Order: sequence, then structure tokens, then C-alpha cells
Amino acid sequence: MSSEISTGTSRVKRGMAEMLKGGVIMDVVNVEQAKIAEDAGAVAVMALERVPADIRAEGGVSRMSDPDMIDAIRAAVSIPVMAKVRIGHFAEAQILESLGVDYIDESEVLSPADYANHIDKWKFTVPFVCGATNLGEALRRLTEGAAMIRSKGEAGTGDVSNAVTHMRKIRSEVLRLSSMAPDELFVAAKELQAPYDLVAEVARTGSLPTVLFTAGGIATPADAALMMQLGADGVFVGSGIFKSGNPAERANAVVQATMHYDNPDVIAKVSRGLGEAMVGINVADIPVHHRLEDRGW
Amino acid sequence: MQSVPTIGVLAIQGGVREHLHALELSGARGTLVKTRMQLDEVAALIIPGGESSTMDKLARTFGLMEPLREARAGGLPMFGSCAGMIMLADRISGAIADQESIGGLDITVERNAFGGQTHSFETGIVIKGIRDPEQEFEGVFIRAPWVITAGESTDVIAEISSGPHEGRIVGVRSDTLMATSFHPELTADPRVHELFVEMVRNS
Repeated sequence: MSSEISTGTSRVKRGMAEMLKGGVIMDVVNVEQAKIAEDAGAVAVMALERVPADIRAEGGVSRMSDPDMIDAIRAAVSIPVMAKVRIGHFAEAQILESLGVDYIDESEVLSPADYANHIDKWKFTVPFVCGATNLGEALRRLTEGAAMIRSKGEAGTGDVSNAVTHMRKIRSEVLRLSSMAPDELFVAAKELQAPYDLVAEVARTGSLPTVLFTAGGIATPADAALMMQLGADGVFVGSGIFKSGNPAERANAVVQATMHYDNPDVIAKVSRGLGEAMVGINVADIPVHHRLEDRGW
Repeated sequence: MQSVPTIGVLAIQGGVREHLHALELSGARGTLVKTRMQLDEVAALIIPGGESSTMDKLARTFGLMEPLREARAGGLPMFGSCAGMIMLADRISGAIADQESIGGLDITVERNAFGGQTHSFETGIVIKGIRDPEQEFEGVFIRAPWVITAGESTDVIAEISSGPHEGRIVGVRSDTLMATSFHPELTADPRVHELFVEMVRNS
């Protein structure tokens, strides 16, 4: 260590995510929503043009947001501003880094730009969060330089079931690794399609080396509490807040439920009188080729 | 045999786990504080890094802010890192509308003073009062605040020593309160937490 200044280190990137723990990150599409999110106590906002529910309804190619819109949101709030790029679209990521966003989400919610490769995230000073449905996928993203992982749910549905499936899957795979004999980890690495060193680290520590948030389908304070009790470090809420009847109230309630996720009295209290939740779509009713969680490899 | 004080970590949101771990390495016992009852049972309190606007909002929503202020006024030692520094500052520059703090340190802090996340950095810091003070501490600054002005009752214990921000105040303490812009809990170096545990033992 010297008195030189080093930016973009792994510790600074992963540490940023550590500071978001126990918090709620909300999708917002304009300045007004960003302010509602900040007032409710969100730890960060995700600036995007269309929330997943609208992307799903309207279809078409979904891309990085207009820099003007991201700049306006950055100017309006003091909490961190994240923004999404298409999987593999490193030029969009270069643009977001030049805008000065605080975190980039390389997201399956947008249309993928590369069906083979994700972005080489080590090349960037700005940190990345990536989605994962299982431990192997999470470790592959970390190998590419992601500094934060979120489990994928089925975004834009208001159906929490896939978020549950993936969080349980990742947790149980971590547990399985930590109970394995050292000489079994080589095959485990092969099966997980992940580098041995990372697999051995997870086995030794019993956890991912980065923060693990949940995302996709969280619509109520109870959903947030459920995911936190299942081991999420924090919560992304996409369409669930601003597609509901009373966004400000619901935003407050989800933030409060995330802090007191293990206290049913608080969850009960904040769940009262929130009005209509987002309408929602059952994941089972979505044709397989329209499911977002299968994007990313 | 030295006493092993029980030190709470304010568990509204943020880097709670890391402070609990650092306390274990520093001769103290760490415990979560989410409620007034839990606050009453600790010998001191750490306010972790995170988002100060979130912590303030939730502390007030759940009726914790007044008890925190009373505990601080009653002499409960407190240490804040990053957002925790903002929570302990008497004056905040760049606060969101109506943002409050616990206060107690006669300082004015600037939120996100170094800039956004792409400006977050690490650098070696000399800290007054810690063990082996001549040996630099790994300063991890994440969207960090700095101290614009510190009153006479406040000791400056750390400054940035080089680069564009040379001379910026990033560590302060008074008799019972201490605050750093950086995150000692993200390093394996326990010396800042040891200094706080010593303050707790002497209080």
C-alpha cells in the first residue's frame, strides 16, 4: 500500500455492493420516480426507459437508456444510480461508464447483444452486477469481473416463484460445495463449468465472494421478507413498485420490510392498505421462449 | 485481563457484517442493534457504511433516532464509517431534503465528496492514535464523504496525503465519538477498531 490513488480495484467495486446490503434498489423511468424512491429510503435506483413489465408487454428490441434520461436522474438524486446494458454490449457499457453511473447491470431484461460472450468487466472502472440462476452461472460472471450477483427471477411478472427457485438453488449449491471433500472439488468445478480456484474459495468460505441480491418478480413487502429470509443480501424491485396502485406507499413498505425481514409484526403493519399490487403474470403462463431468465449463459 | 465490551452495530442497512467481524478481531463482542431495547444493552455503537439517507429515514420511521441522540448525549461511544460519519456529523452538505443526523461531532461533512463510484479509490492513510501509527492504513473510499470543517473540540486524525485531494480531512474524533470517511471494516487491519475499543474501555 502506498499513498498513490487506485481506482476501480476489486475491493472498491465489491465494497460498493457490500454497502448496499439490507437495502432496496428500485427501477425508475423518470426523475419523479427516482425522487419517490430516494424519499422512501431506496439505497440506489436503476435508471431505465421501460420497466420489465412494459418491455414484456410492448416487445421489440430493448436497449440501454438515453443518456439524457440517465443524466437527469443522476442530477435529481444523491443515492447511487445504476443503469442496464444488453448482455455482451460492451460499447453500451463504455457509454454508461463515461456518463459516470455508479453500477452497470449487464441484464437479461434487455435484448442480448451477444449470444456467446458476456462483457469483459475487468476492463472497466465502474463495477458490474449480473444475474444468475445457479452457482455455476454466478461464478462465470465473477470470473468475467462482475462485483455483485443478483439471482434472476422472471422480471416483469410480479410472480416471485422463480426468484425463490434461483435463490434456493444458489444457496443449496454453495452448501453442497462446503460439505465436499477437497478431492471432490475438481469434478465439482467441471460440473459447475466454473474455475477451480473460485469453486475452492466458495467451498472454503461457505459463501459467494460477493454480495448476492435477489431480483425478478418481487411485488410486495412479504415478497421482500421472503427473499431476505432465504438468504438474499438485498432486493431489486423492478415493475413491482411503479406498476402498483400507490407507488410511494409501496416503496416505503418494501424498504421497511427489507430492514425488518425477520419481524412478522413489522411486515404485517407495513402490508396494510397498500392498494393494488401490480397485476402480474404467472410465470407458467409465459411461453418458454419469452422467458427472460434463460438469457445469459 | 482486559474487559471484552459488547459493542452494537446499527443494523438498518449497509456493511454490518464486516464491522461485526472487525470487532471480533479487536477484543470486543459485536451484536446487532435494530431496536431501542437492543441499543440499551450495548456499551458502544458502530454506525456502518451504507446510504445515510436510508439510515436516517428508517431510524426515524422506527423511532430510533431520538434514542440514538439521547444515548450519544449520555456519553455512549460511537464510531461511524462513511455513511456513519455523516450520521454523526452536526452539519451535512449535499443532504437530501429534510435529512437529519444523530449529530455529536462538531463537523460539516460533504456527502459523496470525491464523486461517484468511478472515483472511489484506495490509498495509504496515516492515522493518529492507532497502534504503529507510522505504518500506513489501507484507506478504502467508496462514494465517500469528507470533512469540510471541524470545530475546535474535534481532533483531526487522518488526512489524504497526496493526489488531487491532498489535505482533505477523512478522520476525526472527540472524547467519545470517532468517524472515518473510509472503511476500515473492509480491510484485515484491526487497528482502527482497536482504537475504538480502547475509547470504549476508557469511557
